[in-house]
Amino acid sequence: MSDRLNVLKTYKLYVGGKFPRSESGRVYEVTDAKGKWLANAPLASRKDARDAVVAARKAFGGWSGATAYNRGQILYRVAEMLEGRRDQYVREVAEAEGLSKAKAGEQVDAAIDRWVWYAGWTDKIAQVVGGGNPVAGPFFNLSSPEPTGVVAVLAPRKSSFLGLVSVIAPVIATGNTAVVVASETSPLPALSLGEVLATSDLPGGVVNILSGRTAEIAAPLAAHQDVNAIDLAGADEALAKELEIAAADNLKRVLRPQPVDNWAATSGTDRMTAFLETKTVWHPTGSLGASGSAY
Amino acid sequence: MAPVFEYAPAPESRSIVDIAPSYGLFIDGEFAEAADGKAFKTVSPSTEEVLSEVAEATEADVDRAVKAARAAFEKWSALPGSERAKYLFRIARIIQERSRELAVLETLDNGKPIRETRDADLPLVAAHFFYYAGWADKLDHAGYGADPRPLGVAGQVIPWNFPLLMLAWKIAPALATGNTVVLKPAETTPLSALFFADICRQAGLPKGVVNILTGDGRAGAALIAHPDVNKVAFTGSTAVGKEIARTVAGTRKKVTLELGGKGANIVFDDAPIDQAVEGIVNGIFFNQGQVCCAGSRLLVQESVQDELLDSLKRRLSTLRLGDPLDKNTDIGAINSAEQLARITKLADLGEAEGAERWSPACELPENGYWFAPTLFTNVTQAHTVARDEIFGPVLSVLTFRTPDEAVAKANNTPYGLSAGIWTEKGSRILAVANKLRAGVIWSNTFNKFDPTSPFGGYKESGFGREGGRHGLEAYLDV
Repeated sequence: MSDRLNVLKTYKLYVGGKFPRSESGRVYEVTDAKGKWLANAPLASRKDARDAVVAARKAFGGWSGATAYNRGQILYRVAEMLEGRRDQYVREVAEAEGLSKAKAGEQVDAAIDRWVWYAGWTDKIAQVVGGGNPVAGPFFNLSSPEPTGVVAVLAPRKSSFLGLVSVIAPVIATGNTAVVVASETSPLPALSLGEVLATSDLPGGVVNILSGRTAEIAAPLAAHQDVNAIDLAGADEALAKELEIAAADNLKRVLRPQPVDNWAATSGTDRMTAFLETKTVWHPTGSLGASGSAY
Repeated sequence: MAPVFEYAPAPESRSIVDIAPSYGLFIDGEFAEAADGKAFKTVSPSTEEVLSEVAEATEADVDRAVKAARAAFEKWSALPGSERAKYLFRIARIIQERSRELAVLETLDNGKPIRETRDADLPLVAAHFFYYAGWADKLDHAGYGADPRPLGVAGQVIPWNFPLLMLAWKIAPALATGNTVVLKPAETTPLSALFFADICRQAGLPKGVVNILTGDGRAGAALIAHPDVNKVAFTGSTAVGKEIARTVAGTRKKVTLELGGKGANIVFDDAPIDQAVEGIVNGIFFNQGQVCCAGSRLLVQESVQDELLDSLKRRLSTLRLGDPLDKNTDIGAINSAEQLARITKLADLGEAEGAERWSPACELPENGYWFAPTLFTNVTQAHTVARDEIFGPVLSVLTFRTPDEAVAKANNTPYGLSAGIWTEKGSRILAVANKLRAGVIWSNTFNKFDPTSPFGGYKESGFGREGGRHGLEAYLDV
C-alpha cells in the first residue's frame, strides 16, 4: 500500500449550473456520524438563496417548455451518471448516515431507481391527472397539468441521499425548477449530486443546491415573492409552521412535512401533483351536420 | 344613440318567494337564535328594502355547529356511497323544482338580474349537485386510490357574488365524499343558504350533515380557526385568503382557496370583432363585473383598437341597467353600499391617474346601489385600474402589438385565475393558452362554467380546483 496522500474535494454549492462558493465566504464543519471531520461545506447565505431563485426562475421557461420526452431522457441520464459513480455515493452516504457499506449501497441503489421511476413519469402524468371534460354545451374543454414554477425544497434531514432524490426528482419531472436546501448535518451527498446533474444535460438552474443552516436559508425562500411553492420535508414542526406563515404572503403552494419512515418505499404521484397547477382551456366546437350525417 | 323602441316593463313576479321576517342559524337540523340573540338585517341592493333579519353567529354558535357536524360525521361517512348519492340527487331535484323561487330570492338579496339567476346561477346549482351526486358511489374509480376517505368536518366560507352557486360548489363535493359541513354565507347575501337549509329538510338529509351559520367575518374567522375543523374551503378576496393561509399554518387542515383575479381578455387583429365584443361584455359586465374570473383587462391589438372600441361602445349603449327583477335587465345593482364605495373609489383613482373614462348615457335609479358600465382607455400597466381587482363593471383597455407582448402583459399580475383569447388562428390560440399563467382560459368565448370543468387559480388567485374529478381531491384524505 502506498502512502500517497489523497486529494480532498472542496465541496461547493450548485447554482445556475455552476459551482460557486458561498458569496458570504463562510463554511461549516461537516462530520461523520461519529464526529470525525469530513469536509468544510459552504454555509450559504440569504444572498445565495436569492441568487438561486434568480437562476431557477431563469431556467423555468426552457425546462417547463421542453418536451416531456426530453425531460424524461434527462432524468434517465441522471440515473446513468449516478450508476457510474455509485461507489462514491455509497462512501458518502455511509459516512453521512453512519451506515455499513451494504446498507448505504441499498440507499444509493434505491435513489438511482427513483430517478428511473420519475424519468418514466414525465410523459405520463398529464394523461393521468388531466383530460377532457364533458361539459354540457358545444365546447371543447381540456384540463392539463402545468408546473407551478420555482419550488423551494427543504431536503429531508436524515435521509441525505435517497430522501434528497425522492424530493427533487418529482419536482423537476413535471417541469418545475428547484432551489434545494440540503440536509444541514449531512449535506455532502447533496453537494456531490450537483456534479452528476451538471453532466446529465440538465440545463443549469433547473436544480440549485445550497448547504448551510436550514432555518437561515429557508426563511428568505419561504418569504420570496418569486418562489411559487415550498416543500417542507426537512423542516421540524416549529420551523414548518413559521415557514408556512411566511409562505402565505404570496400564497405559495405548501407541502407540509409528511411522516415518512421509509424513503425506500415506492412513491406515488403525490409529490408531483403537489406542485402542479391545472389549466382548463375552453373553445367552442360549433356544430356541423346538426341534422345528422350518413356516415 | 336613441333607442328606436322603448321596452315595456317585464318584471318577474316576486310572489313566488315567501321570505320570513327573521331567520335563525341552521344547526343540527334546527333553526335557532344566535347565542347572544343578536341579529342583522339583509337588504335588497336594488331598493335598499329590508328583506329579513338573520341571526348573527357568535363563536359559541360556531362551536355548536362544528360539534353538530362532528357528531353527524361518523354515520354520514359510513353510509354507502350509493345512499349519499341519493340524498344529493334528491337535493338536485328539489333545487330544480324550486329554481324559479330561488332565482327570484337570489335576485332580491344579491341585486343581480333575474336573467342571470334564472338562466345561469340556478341551472348551474342544480347541475353541480347532480354531477357530484354521481361521484358519491364511484370514488374508488376517481384516481385517488381504493376507498379514499373523507377528511371530516369542512368549514366553508363563501362570497356574495354567486351565493347559491358558491354554496353548491362547496357543499356538493363535500357531501359526496362523506364530509359534513358548516357553511357561512356572506353577510350581505344570507337568504338563499337559509332556503337551502329548508331544501335539506325536504330531502330528509340527516341532522348535522349541513349546518348554516349566518354572520360577518368574525364568524368566518372563528370557523376557520376552530380546532375541530379538518378542511377549510374559502372563496373570496386574496387578502382574506392570505389571512386564512396564515391561520391554518402548522395545522393538519386541508385548504383550498378561490381568490381574486385580474383576468386579461386578449383580442388579436384577426378576431371576429362582433363575437369578441359580446365576449368582452359578458366578461366584464356579467353579474356587474362582480366576478373573480372577470375579464377586467382588455388587451387589444393596436391595429384593431379603434374598430373594436367603436363596436364596444355601441354595444354598451344598448345595455339596460335597472330593476334586476325585470327580464330585460342586463345590469343589476351592485351588491352593497360598501362595494359601491370601493368601485367608485377605484374608478375615481383611474381618472385621477390619467386614464380616460367613458360610460354610456345611463340613468341610475334613485334608490339602491348602482354603477354605470365604465371603460377606461389609455391605460398603462402602472395604473391602479390595470392592477387592482375592482370587482365591478369597470373595464381597463390596454393595447399590444405582438403576441409575445400580449402574453407578457396578461401575465404581469400576481393573480392567475382566468384569461380570454380571441383569434381565428388555431395555432395562436394554443400557443397563447400555453403561455398564459391562469387556471381557466376561454378561447373565443368567456365566463363559461360547468360542473365537470375544473375551476381555480394560479399564483395569488389561490390553490385547489373546484369542479370535475379534480374537485374531489379537496375533500378527500389523499
